[in-house]
Amino acid sequence: MLTALYIMLGLALTLGVLLGISALLFKVEGDPLVARIDAILPQTQCGQCGYPGCKPYATAIAAGEADINQCPPGGDAGARALADLMGVEYKPLNAEHGVPKPKSVAFIDEATCIGCTLCIQACPVDAILGAAKHMHTIIASECTGCELCLAPCPVDCISMQAIAEQPDNWKWKYPIIPITPMHAQTT
Amino acid sequence: MNALLNLASRILPGLGRHDDVYAFNGGVHPPEHKAESNTRPIAKLGTPKTLVLPLRQHVGHLPKVLVKVGDRVLKGQLLAEAEGTVSAAIHAPTSGTVTAIDEQVIPHPSGLPDTCITLSCDGLDKWAPLQPINWRLSDKKTLVDSLRLSGIVGLGGATFPSHIKLRSNSQSPIHTLIINAAECEPYITCDDMLMRERADEIVAGIEIVKHLLGAETCLIGIEDNKAAATEAMKAACQQGQALVKVVPTLYPSGDARRLIHLLLDLEIPSDKRSTDLGVQVFNVATVLAIHRYFAFGEPSISRIVTVTGNVASPQNFEVLFGTPLTDLIAAAGGAQDDTSHFIMGGPMMGFDLPSSQVPITKAANCIIAAKPDLFPAPPPAMPCIRCTRCADACPVNLQPQELYWFAKSDNFEKARDYKLFDCIECGCCSYVCPSTIPLVQYYRYAKSEIIAADKAKEAADLARERNDFRLARIEREKLERAQKHAERAAANKNEASAKADADEATPSATPSDSAVSDKQAAIAAAIARAKAQKLASGPAPDQPPASKTAASKADAQATPADKQALIAAAIERAKAAKLAAAQAGLAPKNTENVSPSVQAEIKQTDAIREKARKLTESDTSEPDKG
Repeated sequence: MLTALYIMLGLALTLGVLLGISALLFKVEGDPLVARIDAILPQTQCGQCGYPGCKPYATAIAAGEADINQCPPGGDAGARALADLMGVEYKPLNAEHGVPKPKSVAFIDEATCIGCTLCIQACPVDAILGAAKHMHTIIASECTGCELCLAPCPVDCISMQAIAEQPDNWKWKYPIIPITPMHAQTT
Repeated sequence: MNALLNLASRILPGLGRHDDVYAFNGGVHPPEHKAESNTRPIAKLGTPKTLVLPLRQHVGHLPKVLVKVGDRVLKGQLLAEAEGTVSAAIHAPTSGTVTAIDEQVIPHPSGLPDTCITLSCDGLDKWAPLQPINWRLSDKKTLVDSLRLSGIVGLGGATFPSHIKLRSNSQSPIHTLIINAAECEPYITCDDMLMRERADEIVAGIEIVKHLLGAETCLIGIEDNKAAATEAMKAACQQGQALVKVVPTLYPSGDARRLIHLLLDLEIPSDKRSTDLGVQVFNVATVLAIHRYFAFGEPSISRIVTVTGNVASPQNFEVLFGTPLTDLIAAAGGAQDDTSHFIMGGPMMGFDLPSSQVPITKAANCIIAAKPDLFPAPPPAMPCIRCTRCADACPVNLQPQELYWFAKSDNFEKARDYKLFDCIECGCCSYVCPSTIPLVQYYRYAKSEIIAADKAKEAADLARERNDFRLARIEREKLERAQKHAERAAANKNEASAKADADEATPSATPSDSAVSDKQAAIAAAIARAKAQKLASGPAPDQPPASKTAASKADAQATPADKQALIAAAIERAKAAKLAAAQAGLAPKNTENVSPSVQAEIKQTDAIREKARKLTESDTSEPDKG
């Protein structure tokens, strides 16, 4: 009777110590859930969700403060992936936060640009190159298409241009068998 | 039928003459249709009036254009050089003038236009000076590097730049070179005819490639439906440069991994390349091109193309790259009236050309004129009945029916798990499917969706990194500013406390009221003097010097107001200067301190801008003329 008790006590102590050590050894820095949500988000940093960037939105979702359907650039697939990860019911995108648009990049009309640097300060990914009183230009490969540079521009010289389909970004389409109308035989 | 043949070959190993090859699973026997085009010799197609050379003719990065519109070029001259590691050069197929560098429809399944160089031929066909290289005397690295300038890519249809395949790899030396002459796809006979007519040159090319790779053995794999080509190759290999091996006719034995399996009984693991196991595969036409480059200095400017199907006289032609498809069809006697479209490549793996106005490129091994009788529209797809005939036919041993389910339901992760990317898109599964499901189309769709998603993920990771860096930078700047402010505040405080000490000390030292006021006036005057000195640029002349008699408090209050007045005056002056400059027609420039060359450049740019401005002005003022 006592032996069993000692064994159980000993087991409890060893396991407790082991758990304590492993908790110290394998400590995870930060919130892994936030990182996983952040990995799903498209990283446009556009703020359409109502948060100042993708990471803050991810933090809000993890804390249960924000809904999963507030990210238009992520699209329907993004909302589904978030629902999957969070174990909640899928919801269609909330139109209040905007609608999904085709991926585009900003374009600065260099003749109109006055070099005010306001757009440079607005760009969340430092994709605009320029200096005060010098023409600015977009680094197209870094632009996420967040549209945050449009509003601050005092001369409205920035426009969004949809990325055109080219042979190198062209995709094979889902196979669709065309329906051809049958012509009735007239005799 | 196919299953029966497979069964027969399994029950009777060594059936026929192929006892030294090793059969792979699956494969199909589509009708060959080779006899139409392999009865006539290879004809040389004349130089057309214009050639259109797409920059996208190979796998990898687009080459960098070296010519501009109006340039006169000679035959074999470099038009665009390889840029990046995986890229290939493009040369002028004949002499002439570059008339355009613009977007035109290219032979690509998308049917989208892409950048092309248009060459107007002068008919002289004048060669640029060529530099043959004696490969026996040069070292391997120089040879492979020079091959980068040759523009030679895999001519079997994959168009992978050849110089990369020949780079030495110290980790896994190549022991066996395999020459792919299987040509398993129906209709195509370009390699067949090439071997019949130019076997000696092919063997010369094999010697070069063997030397460059350091391979000890070379095997040539030819399907048993090409007896004449086999004989020719055997005759050319009398000295033992290579061993000709006949493989059974079974589609897709011409796939590199399938051919390696057939000849060496070696299965290349999914995550490895054949070079990791010491085997490299080249197409016959590619080794011939390599031979011609070293022996004569000729870059890649032409290839053999099979023109077959619904044309009057199907034949193989030696065609300059960029030749319009219409010229080629006309040379084959023209397409029959009931031709519905043209197919580039074979019927199994090829694609429908978007129009007949496309040029011939390095990838074009075969052009088939299609008519509804030969290529009937696919019957409507029926539901999958899970018969797994596709799995039996799959030469890669995949589970096509599973891949189909996953691709159809956009379950891409699962499709990837089932090794979708090992699929070679050979079309065997679609060929045997009793429900006529376009299986390969589903796989292509899934593959391009997965590739696009991977690219988007990469871009998102980059954006996250840049955003994190920006936030960190802003935070750092904020800290730096706060630190500066704190330092300044501390300095101010010290000053203030010193002043307060002085103020406290004064009344205790001098009890008399009149003395106090005198002293205060003196201090105020001193402060005013110091302030006047601080304004290094000097106060405005109309400012009266700080009066010694003024009460200290009044003076202190007046100073900010004076400053404001000063600032306002400065702004006024700047505005006036700007206005005067504008009236004189001079825009402000910050170019005084730059070097003369930069100034000249700026002047030039300004001239262009002025011109453009005038142009737009004239456009708006005279709309009738536009």
